[in-house]
Amino acid sequence: MAVSGLLFIGFVAGHMYGNLKAFSGEEKFNDYAHHLRELGEPMLPYEGFLWIMRVGLIVALVVHVACAIALWKRAATARPVKYAVKKNTGSTLSSRTMRWGGLTILVFIVWHLLNFTIVKINPSNGETGDPDHSPYGLLVETFDLWWMTLIYLVAMLALGFHLHHGTFSSLQTLGLTNSATSRARARTAGWVVAIVIAGGFSLVPLSVLVGIIEK
Amino acid sequence: MKLTLKIWRQENPTATGAIHTYELDGVAKDMSFLEMLDLLNEQLVLTGEEPVAFDSDCREGICGMCSLMINGEAHGPEVTTTCQLHMRSFNDGDTITIEPWRAEPFPVLKDLVVDRSAFDRIIQAGGYISANTGSAPEANSVPAPRDKAMRAFNVATCIGCGACVAACPNGSASLFMGAKITHLGELPQGQPERWSRVVDMVGQHDHEGFGGCTNIGECASACPKEIPLDVISQLNKDLRTAMKNGL
Repeated sequence: MAVSGLLFIGFVAGHMYGNLKAFSGEEKFNDYAHHLRELGEPMLPYEGFLWIMRVGLIVALVVHVACAIALWKRAATARPVKYAVKKNTGSTLSSRTMRWGGLTILVFIVWHLLNFTIVKINPSNGETGDPDHSPYGLLVETFDLWWMTLIYLVAMLALGFHLHHGTFSSLQTLGLTNSATSRARARTAGWVVAIVIAGGFSLVPLSVLVGIIEK
Repeated sequence: MKLTLKIWRQENPTATGAIHTYELDGVAKDMSFLEMLDLLNEQLVLTGEEPVAFDSDCREGICGMCSLMINGEAHGPEVTTTCQLHMRSFNDGDTITIEPWRAEPFPVLKDLVVDRSAFDRIIQAGGYISANTGSAPEANSVPAPRDKAMRAFNVATCIGCGACVAACPNGSASLFMGAKITHLGELPQGQPERWSRVVDMVGQHDHEGFGGCTNIGECASACPKEIPLDVISQLNKDLRTAMKNGL
């Protein structure tokens, strides 16, 4: 759980950085998307780097979800009779929403891949396959719809919550928080990762909606 | 003080339990929570009803026998054991819900009494050191660094009450195990069995049916002895080292 989670943190950090290229304009953003496919050539085939990433992410996803299901099942069998009254006194909201938040992110990823990778659905006109071959165009037309931006922002809120506890929890699971100081540092790392990554991702759809990023 | 008590009543381990409501008058602020229950039981006996069964022993906060989920908090609203919780922490007219620890490995025996021998079996699996019996050895014959000794002492205050399990949304006993593993692992006497200890204790813990830890932290805030969350990190670190050593 911890190791696959840390791999995801690395991935979303890189993904978030790439998205910010949208602020450098249409040409730079499209070039970036193109270069991702050529990365490592000629050592790697065209899209080789992307496929290595994709396979790695799929393996990490399977591990992460399998661990989550195992933990969820164990928790359910460990407390078959629920409390009539139960207070939470020492836990963060993010730590208690890992499971439903994780499911939210999973559902979002399915839509996100349909939207930008597999089918390239353009929700503004229903076209698929990105006929203009412009990732930038698809991005702007998607986030010009207020409700699309809203869906993405909700997903980023869920991601921020997940990263806030996940970062700390992975460090604790790996046994790296053996003192009060290191625990406080891991908690701070959770805040930084959550705000930088979820915040960085949210900048692009928000900027499209308010017209900072436009075609 | 006049209180409304909502208490889990269950005849025996196989019976279906339910929450019963009792009105109790004449509770003094200076009573401990268990003395308040004693008062209730005296009244129940007078009316011919079966008294409420609950665990207690030393009543001075050092044995780990008392339990009780009080208004959704293990050992109630203060950082102490139920026996050292006093009625001044409550107000006249309050409704107090009292439930047993809820965990599959802690089956309810009667009313508020649960069987915590799963903890004993975890200790038997690895929470010990092997030493020759006989007269006590000279105390300073095995030197221990001060910082390690202090950490060991601090977590050795765990009384095995089970509040960590009761408070954990996953029903995990990781804080309890972590306290024992840190306590013994920090001291020279605990080194020979250090790596097999963590593997055996975690194996027994999972076998008993406790849940998996997701580092939520409810355990540490419920602990009457304030065992910190970093003992779980120590447990994980020792487990990682044991796995690296092929155990």
